[in-house]
Amino acid sequence: MPATKKLGLKQKYALMTRGLDWETTYQPMEKVFPYDQFEGIKVKNWDAWEDPFRLTMDAYWKIQAEKERKLYAVIDSISQNNAQLGITDARYINAVKIFIQGVTPLEYQAHRHFAHVARHLRGVGPRIAAQMQSLDELRHAQTQIHTISHYNKFFDGMHDWQHMHDRVWYLSVPKSFFDDAVTAGPFEFLTAISFSFEYVLTNLLFVPFMSGAAYNGDLATVTFGFSAQSDESRHMTLGLEVVKFILEQDEANLPIVQRWIDKWFWRGYRLLSLVGMMMDYMLPKKVMSWAEAWEMYYEEQGGALFADLGRYGIRPPKHEDVARKEKDRISHEVWAIFYNYTHAAAFHTWDIDDEHMRWLSEKYPKTFDQLYRPRLLMWRDMARAGKRFYNNALPQLCNLCQIPMAFTEPDDPTTICFRSSELGGDRYHFCSDGCKEIFDQEPEKFVQSWLPVHQIFQGNCGGASVEDVLKWYHLNLGADNLDYAGSPEQKMWDQWMAGRHVAQAAE
Amino acid sequence: MNIDIQGLTLEPRRQTYSHIARRFGADRPASRYEEASYDVQATTNFHHRPLYQPEFQIFDPRRTKIVMADWYKFRDPRQLYYGTYNMSRAAMLQAIDKNFDFIEERAMLANVEPAWLEKVKEYLIPMRHYEWGANANNQLITDWGYGTQITSASAFCGADRLGMAQIISRIGLAIDGNTGDTLQAGRNLWLNASYWQGVRKMVEDSFVEADWFQTLVAQDLAMDGVMHPLVFARFDAEGQKHNGVPLSMLSEFMSEWYADNARWVDAVVKTAIAESDANAQLVSAWFAAWAGRAAEAARPLAEHVLGAAGKSAVEEIADKLMTRAAGLGIKA
Ligand SMILES: [Fe+2]
Ligand SMILES: [Fe+2]
Ligand SMILES: [Zn+2]
Repeated sequence: MPATKKLGLKQKYALMTRGLDWETTYQPMEKVFPYDQFEGIKVKNWDAWEDPFRLTMDAYWKIQAEKERKLYAVIDSISQNNAQLGITDARYINAVKIFIQGVTPLEYQAHRHFAHVARHLRGVGPRIAAQMQSLDELRHAQTQIHTISHYNKFFDGMHDWQHMHDRVWYLSVPKSFFDDAVTAGPFEFLTAISFSFEYVLTNLLFVPFMSGAAYNGDLATVTFGFSAQSDESRHMTLGLEVVKFILEQDEANLPIVQRWIDKWFWRGYRLLSLVGMMMDYMLPKKVMSWAEAWEMYYEEQGGALFADLGRYGIRPPKHEDVARKEKDRISHEVWAIFYNYTHAAAFHTWDIDDEHMRWLSEKYPKTFDQLYRPRLLMWRDMARAGKRFYNNALPQLCNLCQIPMAFTEPDDPTTICFRSSELGGDRYHFCSDGCKEIFDQEPEKFVQSWLPVHQIFQGNCGGASVEDVLKWYHLNLGADNLDYAGSPEQKMWDQWMAGRHVAQAAE
Repeated sequence: MNIDIQGLTLEPRRQTYSHIARRFGADRPASRYEEASYDVQATTNFHHRPLYQPEFQIFDPRRTKIVMADWYKFRDPRQLYYGTYNMSRAAMLQAIDKNFDFIEERAMLANVEPAWLEKVKEYLIPMRHYEWGANANNQLITDWGYGTQITSASAFCGADRLGMAQIISRIGLAIDGNTGDTLQAGRNLWLNASYWQGVRKMVEDSFVEADWFQTLVAQDLAMDGVMHPLVFARFDAEGQKHNGVPLSMLSEFMSEWYADNARWVDAVVKTAIAESDANAQLVSAWFAAWAGRAAEAARPLAEHVLGAAGKSAVEEIADKLMTRAAGLGIKA
């Protein structure tokens, strides 16, 4: 036997991975890989791919098994110890509802589509990275389902999340976002999800939910969140590597990638406005405001990233100036939408109390007292008079991001922003220039969008009355929907807390 | 925080998710496998057709000719979800790591008859490319397949194949003392040796089949049903005559894996066939075509390794596979 040579990690990974694939000769490569060229991305040399993390399958199994063992030990103890009693307030749980309805199904979608990439790209390096991410995303979906399962036993709005994800009007926002990504080619998908979402915007999804959970005593979400974050760091490196790889392969790729970055920045940003609402309005104990998060995670960190990518000719995404102008407004505008339509949503909204308003006016000195406080006070008065405001007219949706048209003009926070395009005799409406431009780039794709309000009017959603539609959504009327005040959840929580006070007094 | 829950009503208001309760007809506590594997996939109201395949929806049961009234009949008898899957493979790996250490410490590969070790390099090392092909085929099932159940199991199967390709690579590195020459030579054999070309052609042909259920029957039942018993059982048994025990120890993962994976494959195939005559006919025809090809493709390899005994070795394996298939309802 020859003497054993010592191998570095990089070398070992290369030997165990590179060269597993081969150029097919009995079938033409174009037939084996029919989907990785139609986007116009030119790849001259797949071997130039730098593996962002050198993980062999055996190491993956070991590391992940260990993480899962720890995570499930915590999940078990959460249900044994009724950890739901440790949260700050039952209102907090509404953030978890949005998470399982809106985010968990996307984790699952990511699992399936990273398998698509793992099958259909030619290079062995990206295929292995993609398949490991595919497994990770299945992990995220399943651990979220298992963790939140305990909350579902007590709280409303989480019991039929997949059915709702496919139907409920506001869940069409995350669903259409991901459907757009997975119906694109593999390179656009990677630019959309791995780069724009997981690399550039991830902290604006992750930090709010995970820190929100930590601040509000939600041990369950904190645990799966932090456990997932170690996977996420791999996904982020993949995102950056993908974009650099494409840009280094051929200069002709630059304009294509730039267009995708513009598009997916805007789509991701619009999607995150729901998170902004959650941060500013739904956390009993606040982490930071949406505006602060945007400044820290996008304006500072994103600014540095795009400065760095400048050497490839990439410029910062289009309309980031609009996001900057809107940062003092969008969370308030979105909260208003959901306050209007809580009767049709599978989570609660509520009266914002004085202390919370003080925090909002401190965080939003230029906008809150002037623009939003009066509206909240009016709604409070109406509720006290027994006339809690619900908007019974169906909203007009942006044809692209699918959020009701409630965003305001970039330079005028008191005027709703309307944009539109005409195509084939039909007029399509948009909330912003960003959404309109994305539509105009690929109108044949976006005329297909499944717009919940149109679908209701066309009779495709269970019937003609609001109640018919809500039943079709599988909403438990009077429990999943409506104001938190008077909800079964509030009653349960108040009883728990009363019991707790009795117990504490008895000590 | 420690809360005295005296006097609190902590009666759960429901036992599981509504979609799980609907499926099992009762709101009863569900297993982790059930909550993780039933109805997680989107089924309706997709926003766009795939640019690359506008004839289909994002998830579309029409991507196979197999028809199921309910795509959630493909219960995995192992009930694997991500956590239990990784724990199971990590445990299997522990045994393998010990074997590698044991054999490397004692330089036991030096005891294998040199002529046999040459054969091993010829039949075992190119299998890493076969496994890579199997990996791609199982990714395809996860990509195009329908329902959470069958596609998560195929994702695990795909990961297994990458794992095995890499274990075989490790064996190659153990043989040549980490130079990588053995892997390079094995790759050349895969690409050029006449006794491998039937297998390689079969694998490449499987890549261009679009019906994912056919891919499952072709790869995980028919092709594996010949290749795995041949390489990891029959060739391995031959090696015992040539002091090949260390190699059996290093490939233990593959034998253990094959038995485990076959439980899932058998359950899936049996279920699809039991659903309808039309399914039974499709699966039977696919199986006949691919199992026939696999036996034919493997014969030159078997003859290269076993000499005159090669032909009958493949026939025996093919017979056993036919018996297994008949047990699943496949018609000859
Ligand atoms: Fe994830
Ligand atoms: Fe991720
Ligand atoms: Zn929009």
